[in-house]
Amino acid sequence: MYLIGSGQQDDPGLEDEMALAFLPALARMAVCGGTHGNELSGVYVVQEMERQQKEKGEGAWPIPVTTVLSNPRAVKECRRYIDTDMNRCFNRATLSSPITESSPYEVRRAQELNNLLGPKGSTDATDMICDLHNTTSNMGLTLIHYTSSDWVSLHICRYLQTKITKVPVRVLVLDFPINDAYNLESVSKHGFTLEIGPQPHGVVRADIYIIMKEAVDLTIDWIHKFNSGTVFEGGDVEAFKFIKSVDYPRDPEARTLTASIHPQLQDRDFCLLKQGDPLFFTFSGKTVKYEEEETLHPFFINEAAYYEKGIAFHLAKKLTLTIPAVQVQKD
Amino acid sequence: MERHNNLWRNAVALPAVSRVAVCGGTHGNELAGVYLVRERLKRRGADGTEPVSVVTVMSNPRATQLCVRYVETDLNRCFTQAMLSTPVSEASPYEMIRSQELNALLGPKGSGQAVDLLCDLHNTTANMGLCLITYSDRDWICLHICKHLQREMASTPVRYVHFDIPLNEAYSLDSVGKHGFAMEIGPQPHGVVRSAIFSAMQEGVQLMLDWICQFNSGTLFEGGWVDVYTTVKNIDYPRDPETHEITAAVHPDLQDRDFCLLHPGDPMFLSFSGETLRYKGKEALYPFFINEGAYYEKGIALSLARKKRVEIPSVHSETLR
Repeated sequence: MYLIGSGQQDDPGLEDEMALAFLPALARMAVCGGTHGNELSGVYVVQEMERQQKEKGEGAWPIPVTTVLSNPRAVKECRRYIDTDMNRCFNRATLSSPITESSPYEVRRAQELNNLLGPKGSTDATDMICDLHNTTSNMGLTLIHYTSSDWVSLHICRYLQTKITKVPVRVLVLDFPINDAYNLESVSKHGFTLEIGPQPHGVVRADIYIIMKEAVDLTIDWIHKFNSGTVFEGGDVEAFKFIKSVDYPRDPEARTLTASIHPQLQDRDFCLLKQGDPLFFTFSGKTVKYEEEETLHPFFINEAAYYEKGIAFHLAKKLTLTIPAVQVQKD
Repeated sequence: MERHNNLWRNAVALPAVSRVAVCGGTHGNELAGVYLVRERLKRRGADGTEPVSVVTVMSNPRATQLCVRYVETDLNRCFTQAMLSTPVSEASPYEMIRSQELNALLGPKGSGQAVDLLCDLHNTTANMGLCLITYSDRDWICLHICKHLQREMASTPVRYVHFDIPLNEAYSLDSVGKHGFAMEIGPQPHGVVRSAIFSAMQEGVQLMLDWICQFNSGTLFEGGWVDVYTTVKNIDYPRDPETHEITAAVHPDLQDRDFCLLHPGDPMFLSFSGETLRYKGKEALYPFFINEGAYYEKGIALSLARKKRVEIPSVHSETLR
């Protein structure tokens, strides 16, 4: 029994027969760095890949790879963004908003990238975007995708989990409808954000760079193997699904923080957070605890860029996604 | 009794440290100091800190508001005598104007009205523990404070770093006080406040103030020795000759190993294409400020220092006895 499908989990009849799904080859891949200009691993992975491409030409990688410096102005100034966070500009509304002289730089640039790598949702879109990010949180390697129903992306995640052993490799799904998905990786047919931490913004650590480079190389490797006919076995993928965010305790007038992440929570991304566990430690020495009944998993704990977004950490539920075996469909 | 009398006889008498300044947010994104200053300003008048008066200052309010290191120029490079006496106008960079305001408030630098001790709070992305950074290797007050922190802070390494620059070229805020140092704590990413780092800074400041109170009350502090790291030179990243972009990162074997001796031939950098570059100097030195985020634009990958043991005399304040 075989299925030719789009790779979507809501294909009828799939639940009963998790057999072999035939999916189109991934012809075009883009590696994007510097979507946030101060997240430096991606900037230097792209720089190095461009150097390799100049040196080796067509033979640099077994599949065609486009390298993109997503936000060049922000990279030049080593800032997250110039006018507005570019990785919030890829939802349908922003991509279709008319550009005027007063449009933020990043909105313009997002539309340029959508033309280059998309258009999002169309058959012309690039097959795979790998968007490279860093976080100050202790998240190891986290692969983030806006949807939980893309088997190709989930297969690549599983492949990276088996091949990368130096750091924990986790899968995070947001479950946004495609039109609401606002990050760059949602432009392509398959893709994910490759998020690695902890690394301070504006700093490049060799150990983190090496892991990111390895993850990109393994992704290219998977795609090449897939396109060449390899069958990738199905099975379960453990994933975390975003539920909600929690802000810092703040001064009601000044809006400045009155507490920081508690030392017992700091650096413990993806641990179990239970009712009564410490969350924050105020600057005057008091502990604030997690009051809710539901046990969840915190992540993006103490991410620098999220202070201004009113986020101390996110909370996720752990779930198991089931993916079928996949093989490239022959024409 | 004999030893006690000898200590007093051989001790150095120094003026009381009557006025202290605690400054934070000199770099607006070094958040432990920002939040410590905010906390202290909230408690103003709550605790009696006789016999020392403490003024708490948010050095760079605009940069702090924006959570950036600086708005136009690095405030902590604006305190040379030359820059402090340059006429400023509305067109001058914000930080130049602000440095002169701070000099009027806490100085003037070099005069009798300057605060007795200026403690300037900083964070670094480098794994430096707690460092007191200052321009002198024979300021007994600063050295004794360092010794006190080393004795009392169990879980944080405390070190004394001496910037070997002539005093008239000293450019940082702490040089405005008669005594002064930067209290630098890392590792902490810029734009982040980590609870343990905040607590260490809070403890460091409290221990400093405790020492000063005891000193001003007439306590004799016994001499001894302190290891001092004196700066020798800075090393930049390897860079592309045309684009000036860095072509390597600090080597994994050196990353986070601040104050571990670096020998000639030891790995320093790992290029993005996988090559190891080694330390070519002839002298084994102590690296620090390894991979500080704010120093990429200043062309500094790490600083190197020599270590020496400095004997410090017993000290007491001039006021009593």
